[in-house]
Amino acid sequence: MDNFINRIFSKEPSSADKAKDRLRLVLINDRTDLSAAALENLKDDLLEVLSRYIHIDPKSMRIDITQEGRQQRLIADIPISGPISRKY
Amino acid sequence: MSAKVITITSGKGGVGKTTATANIGAALATMGQRVACIDADIGLRNLDVVLGLENRIVYDLVDAVEGRCRLSQAMIKDKHIPDLYLIPSAQTRDKTAVSPSDMIRICDELRPDLDWVIVDSPAGIERGFKNAIAPADEVIVITNPEVSAVRDADRIIGIVEAEEKGTPKLLINRLNPEMVKQNNMLSADDVVDLLAIHLLGIVPEDKAVLISTNQGTPITLDNKSLAGQAYQNIARRLMGEEIPLLDLDKGSGFFNRISSVFGSGD
Ligand SMILES: Nc1ncnc2c1ncn2[C@@H]1O[C@H](COP(=O)(O)OP(=O)(O)OP(=O)(O)O)[C@@H](O)[C@H]1O
Ligand SMILES: [Mg+2]
Repeated sequence: MDNFINRIFSKEPSSADKAKDRLRLVLINDRTDLSAAALENLKDDLLEVLSRYIHIDPKSMRIDITQEGRQQRLIADIPISGPISRKY
Repeated sequence: MSAKVITITSGKGGVGKTTATANIGAALATMGQRVACIDADIGLRNLDVVLGLENRIVYDLVDAVEGRCRLSQAMIKDKHIPDLYLIPSAQTRDKTAVSPSDMIRICDELRPDLDWVIVDSPAGIERGFKNAIAPADEVIVITNPEVSAVRDADRIIGIVEAEEKGTPKLLINRLNPEMVKQNNMLSADDVVDLLAIHLLGIVPEDKAVLISTNQGTPITLDNKSLAGQAYQNIARRLMGEEIPLLDLDKGSGFFNRISSVFGSGD
């Protein structure tokens, strides 16, 4: 009962929800051998390459790994802010 | 007729492999199937005491592998159930005493005269595990609804797939419906979502498991216990019957309904 009241009146996620969220990240890590830090580097490198062709606002770029069955997918959502002004 | 070889494994230790091997074997045998359970945990013999057959052992798996006895001499007949046999592991040897090809050879010798061979794997990802999955036609991975057990199960599933044994089936053991209702334990749905493999069955946490193990009688012979029923259902699913999951983790009580109205239920 205590638990039930806590759940309604606080925004604190339950311990089962926390376990699931933590596991989701750990499993992605284990399966891809990509840490959160490595993913951050990948994002920077990707940004550098893409910026040679298109104009991107780094803050609007999103890179995620999602799970579909036992298959991991790298999903990049990169809004293009405009054509790059060619320097030549 | 040729027996199907099923290996029961897990990443993490102590999640219930030996208990499941004994009970799935016993449940299949009570359905009239001819079953041998092999204890492949060399050096840590356990399946004999769970089945209550520890006093009848003369020869073991390693004796059969090394030719000190015929395979049939290492098969111990169960006390309660006709056509249930145990091949015990060796207590004083280590896992290097048996190789994956030995396991394949032993199982191939068993196949013509049986319907099922259930192999109890040691925990971990080393030699003993490799031995246990080598002869498998099908692998069952056991986990508990708990962070480290699920993580280790995921590793094992990956390795079983890499060894080209197909995608294993999942058995969730020791689920506590009360705790799931309180949102303090991962639900079966959560675990299936994370591991993304087929769910063969859910066995609830049940005090009667310890009691039946104390007595050396598989819990599945006790029709009153929920865990016993769960193992019977698992055996029937292995036989190809469509049996719905026992409804354990989705409470339908008043509090559950209220909490889902508030959006924190599922
Ligand atoms: N559904 C259950 N409810 C309550 N207790 C259980 C249940 N299943 C297993 N147990 C208990 O959990 C303990 C470990 O079980 P078991 O020996 O079968 O695990 P294991 O995976 O074979 O362990 P190991 O990795 O050491 O071989 C035992 O004491 C057993 O009685
Ligand atoms: Mg064991």
